Amino acid sequence: MLSELPILSLVIWLPILGGAAVLFVGDENSAAARRLALVVACATFAVSLPLWTAFDGTTALMQFEELWPWIPAFSVNYHLGIDGFSMPLILLTAFMTVIVVIAGWEVVQYRVAQYLAAFLIMEGLMIGVFASLDAMLFYVFFEAMLIPMFLIIGIWGGPRRVYATIKFFLYTFFGSVFMLIALLYMYFKSGSFEIIGFHALKLSMSEQILIFLAFVMAFAVKVPMWPVHTWLPDAHVEAPTGGSVILAAITLKIGGYGFVRFALPITPDAAAHLDWLILTMSLVAVVYIGLVALVQQDMKKLIAYSSIAHMGFVTLGFFLIFGIMRSTGSVNGAVMGIQGGMIQMVSHGFISGAMFLCVGVLYDRVHSRQIKDYGGVVNTMPMFAAFMVLFGLANSGLPGTSGFVGEFLVILSSFKSSFWIAFLAALTLILGAAYTLWLIKRVVFGDIGNKHVAELQDVNVREFCMLALLAIAVLILGIWPAPLVDVMNPTVENLVRHIIVSKI
Amino acid sequence: MGIPMTFVPPDFVSVMPEIFVLSMACAVLVIDVFLKDEQRGITFGLCQLTLLGALLLTLIGYGTDTTVTFNGHFIRDAMGDVLKVGIYVAIAMVLLFSRDYLIARGIHRGEYYVLALLGVLGMMVMVSAASFLTAYLGLELLSLSLYALVAFDRDNAQCSEAAMKYFVLGALASGMLLYGISMIYGTTGSLDLRVVAGAAIENRDGSLLPALGVAFLVVGLAFKLGAVPFHMWLPDVYQGAPTSVTLYVGSAPKLAAFALLMRILVEGLGGLESDWQQMLIVLSVLSIAVGNVIAIAQTNIKRMLAYSTISHVGFILLGIIAGTADGYSAAMFYALTYVLTTVGSFGIIILAGRSGCEVENIQDLRGLNDRSPWFAFLMLVMMMSTAGIPFLVGFYAKFAVLMAIVNVGMVGLAVYAVVLSVVGAFYYLRVVKVMYFDKSEDSIPILAALDTKIVIGANGLILILLGLYPTGLMGVCISALQ
Repeated sequence: MLSELPILSLVIWLPILGGAAVLFVGDENSAAARRLALVVACATFAVSLPLWTAFDGTTALMQFEELWPWIPAFSVNYHLGIDGFSMPLILLTAFMTVIVVIAGWEVVQYRVAQYLAAFLIMEGLMIGVFASLDAMLFYVFFEAMLIPMFLIIGIWGGPRRVYATIKFFLYTFFGSVFMLIALLYMYFKSGSFEIIGFHALKLSMSEQILIFLAFVMAFAVKVPMWPVHTWLPDAHVEAPTGGSVILAAITLKIGGYGFVRFALPITPDAAAHLDWLILTMSLVAVVYIGLVALVQQDMKKLIAYSSIAHMGFVTLGFFLIFGIMRSTGSVNGAVMGIQGGMIQMVSHGFISGAMFLCVGVLYDRVHSRQIKDYGGVVNTMPMFAAFMVLFGLANSGLPGTSGFVGEFLVILSSFKSSFWIAFLAALTLILGAAYTLWLIKRVVFGDIGNKHVAELQDVNVREFCMLALLAIAVLILGIWPAPLVDVMNPTVENLVRHIIVSKI
Repeated sequence: MGIPMTFVPPDFVSVMPEIFVLSMACAVLVIDVFLKDEQRGITFGLCQLTLLGALLLTLIGYGTDTTVTFNGHFIRDAMGDVLKVGIYVAIAMVLLFSRDYLIARGIHRGEYYVLALLGVLGMMVMVSAASFLTAYLGLELLSLSLYALVAFDRDNAQCSEAAMKYFVLGALASGMLLYGISMIYGTTGSLDLRVVAGAAIENRDGSLLPALGVAFLVVGLAFKLGAVPFHMWLPDVYQGAPTSVTLYVGSAPKLAAFALLMRILVEGLGGLESDWQQMLIVLSVLSIAVGNVIAIAQTNIKRMLAYSTISHVGFILLGIIAGTADGYSAAMFYALTYVLTTVGSFGIIILAGRSGCEVENIQDLRGLNDRSPWFAFLMLVMMMSTAGIPFLVGFYAKFAVLMAIVNVGMVGLAVYAVVLSVVGAFYYLRVVKVMYFDKSEDSIPILAALDTKIVIGANGLILILLGLYPTGLMGVCISALQ
């Protein structure tokens, strides 16, 4: 019975229509708007659960497929479906949206309905990105996401919000238009916009290189990879807490997802040819951005840079495959790298979201994000301190938390590629621990820094619930990652088998 | 000579919409004389009825075979019908949005409506032109109505100045066009576009005259369209004219100009495509660049939208440059959706004006979200649609055009166009920024008549609905050009 319901369509359109409904409730009835938004977010999460429970983890084929003609004139189809890559990310999206709605509950007082509606619409669009099997449908969702996020940062953001949000919009828009041309080009080569069809499309090396670069433009900005990362610290610092959470937890993952869905399988030869480029960019992100994070004075900026470093790990894991194949020919090592990258994405979704929420909790009380305005928070907010320490440790990759699993797999597989890559990648464990723990030390521990900190109230029930949910997720994924690994395994193996065969 | 001198009675049925609009324009002119100022609503109603009647008459003929009548001067075909319907709808909305504006400024006179109807007639003739003669007649009827409309607020120096500029440059353009026509006539010996189409290919070799004729024609058409480097009049006219007239100038005439391009260049001079294609590429490349870049520097919103129009003209030209049926229908889709969006955005600009204080600068829109979330949302939809962000219809317009040019191998041109549309996104974002992120000093709610509110709301929703499911309109455009 479950398989007959268009679950994917429901998960996409329920929040979008729900968001429209919240808009109609209006800012005047903020209480009703909040309740409705929470109901919609929870309902969406509930509807998305069957995607996991009924998911067949033994196959790499697309599941829950829906196929309708959409724009027949251009053979664009409304084609949805998920595999091991997209399913966890969809659940992550639905889960984080519930958290974000709770996080904004009483904190946001200005234009409540518009705020919540923007997040719900954003949720539907992001799930649409993950679920699309038609390249145009993907592109449409991918671009449409810009509008709600633009408004979220611009309306509810900090003092330099206008600069940050326009920068965010133009960076991502600029990156993606090249992908549009690449998709159009492949459409004329293959006669359809089916992503799976693109995977099998034969392309010459020069075509592949151009198409690959177009994808890199689009996804590297989104991830974001050094050197096109500069929009992220600005956007994160200025965005409201909810905006930062969604940005870090989900939208960055769309960049990573783009690499495994488009760049790697469509242009494997170009990717193999240019893997040094991505590896260099990733290692710079891991090492250099890690160092940059160390010197930040602003908590949100620090976590933003830490996000860039962690996402560098993801792209590193994805592109190790070619080095491993060249040096050892071991398919298992390659699988491990991509798996590590995927787990890192999911785990980073939880951890970075949680870290931003922690900063949000402090910011709501003191209205400052500067590290120097805090100190000794543990004395007045013991419960909060426990959470923040846990998430901090997870962020630095402590075994037993989700942060460890992904990083460990990526470092392990990088040893099979080259010692120096492994060496540089492993540096992140030290750097990550350094900037995160130093942040914790300065903010949470020590003597009470000033009278603001002395007056702090510990987390209330609402804040406790959202942090506890995330803490549980981080711990479960850290202690028992097997379900996630199993779900992705066939898809990852299939991808690796596909990539190592030349398409020329 | 080959032309038979027998009298063939024209087919009046296919000309019914034109005849109807003409008679109604005359009737409105007469009736309005007997009306007091308070009764001007009757004139308004009659105009809307005229447009509705013309719409019905056109729809009756839609789907039947192409007819050419009046000795080959007039053509009624699917493309013409679709464009005419677009013109009626656009002008009906223009008149609706104009009404309150004109009343508020004390220039609610009957002549406005008569001129508007005559302009519609001019556009209809342009759309249905099958010979240079009708094309020129239609164009002049439209242009003269527009000159008068721009100068409508005659005590306003800015309006008069704009009208003067428009008139002088418009006359120059008409001169160019006539010169081009005379050269083509000289080589082919006919004004009939279908005869020209046959003869143009034969006379192609050797003689420079047809190429020169094409050059003059393209210059004349580029003037009317407002393509760079023949765009100088456009920002001044947009800014100087009363906003309701800017709305008129910026909307339906673009459809008529598109039709003229199709009739003259594609249908008439298709054999000389290699000549005009090169020129159009230059025009298009320049328009997209100049329009998008200069719009960034504008603080006046009408001027900004004028430059935005120029860049959109560049995109429409791209579709024609592709030179395929796909490209033409993409350009037509682009023109139709562009008009729909423009009408809506100018409509909101008119509405957002406070009594006695018009929206002139982008800054005047600040805090629109606090004044009216609904209108701010609609304006957001319009701006994002023009910027080409999905799920809004403007995206598919750009998409269809890009697809057509990638299909003929002009990938470089496509990359160029998308990069500049990113530049263009910036100034639309600035409007959104002003509406949503800036605070207004006052929060005077927006007062508008109920019918205006409904229509403008419907306009915005159509942009979203077409964005979710563009197949219907796209199918119409494709079948109209087959």
